Amino acid sequence: MGDGTHLGKVRGLGSSGHGSQHWLQQRLTALGNILLVGFLFVSLIRLPLGDHAAVLRWASDPMVALALILMVVSVFWHLRLGLQVLIEDYVHGPMLLLALVLLNFYAIGGAAYGIFTIARIALAPVTAGPGGM
Amino acid sequence: MAGNEPSARPRAPHLQVYKWGPHMAVSILHRASGDGLAIVGAGLFLWWLGAIAAGPEAYAAFVACIWHDPSPEISLFHQITNILGKIVLVGLTWAFFQHLFSGLRHFVLDTGAGYELKSNKLWSTVVIAAGVFATAATWLYIMAEAL
Repeated sequence: MGDGTHLGKVRGLGSSGHGSQHWLQQRLTALGNILLVGFLFVSLIRLPLGDHAAVLRWASDPMVALALILMVVSVFWHLRLGLQVLIEDYVHGPMLLLALVLLNFYAIGGAAYGIFTIARIALAPVTAGPGGM
Repeated sequence: MAGNEPSARPRAPHLQVYKWGPHMAVSILHRASGDGLAIVGAGLFLWWLGAIAAGPEAYAAFVACIWHDPSPEISLFHQITNILGKIVLVGLTWAFFQHLFSGLRHFVLDTGAGYELKSNKLWSTVVIAAGVFATAATWLYIMAEAL
């Protein structure tokens, strides 16, 4: 196949030169996901999920909040890479560009919302309970 | 891409030509479970986070929608979403374990090992079985805790 013609390169045909970077990032975020989503999974099993106060107490712990933020980064990075491959396999022509742009909106927007929400939970002023200060 | 004029060039046989085996199943399940986690799983996680941050009432509304509505007269909408929510949660549990075990298999394949027909077939089968087993074990544990 070679490196393609100059016109082909302009049209985005042929190797983009980012293959090994994509491959490595997918594996490194996968390692992060094993640790961090594993942590979330164990937490979800053990938490009384119907009890808002208990879940809030858990999520506002600084170490938990830090782990959740790292998890959001790792997960959304990994899912962006994975969904990119899915889109490249099944979407062709001009729709490909649109799909990839929408993917970036989803990945970056979702991660930003997640991180902001975790920070909001962790940094919220502690409200006094009944009879509390 | 213009037109579908027949070409004299040889064509690569596509998927449907091959006999299905566990290695093909585990491959497409990796994609399906990954996409499920990426869209449904991540979406539900963000919804849950937002509900925690929004306060006790919003959180109770979230739980009433996807798990159990404690009110005496449950709306038809919540009757449906309570069932749907449990199906989605069991599905996400399965997708999590399937993608995790299949991902570990990929780490082994990345080292260049496990491509021999017999071991490839064996470990593909093990991954699928382990995903179903871990999902069943998780939900048996959850139900035992709830009782």
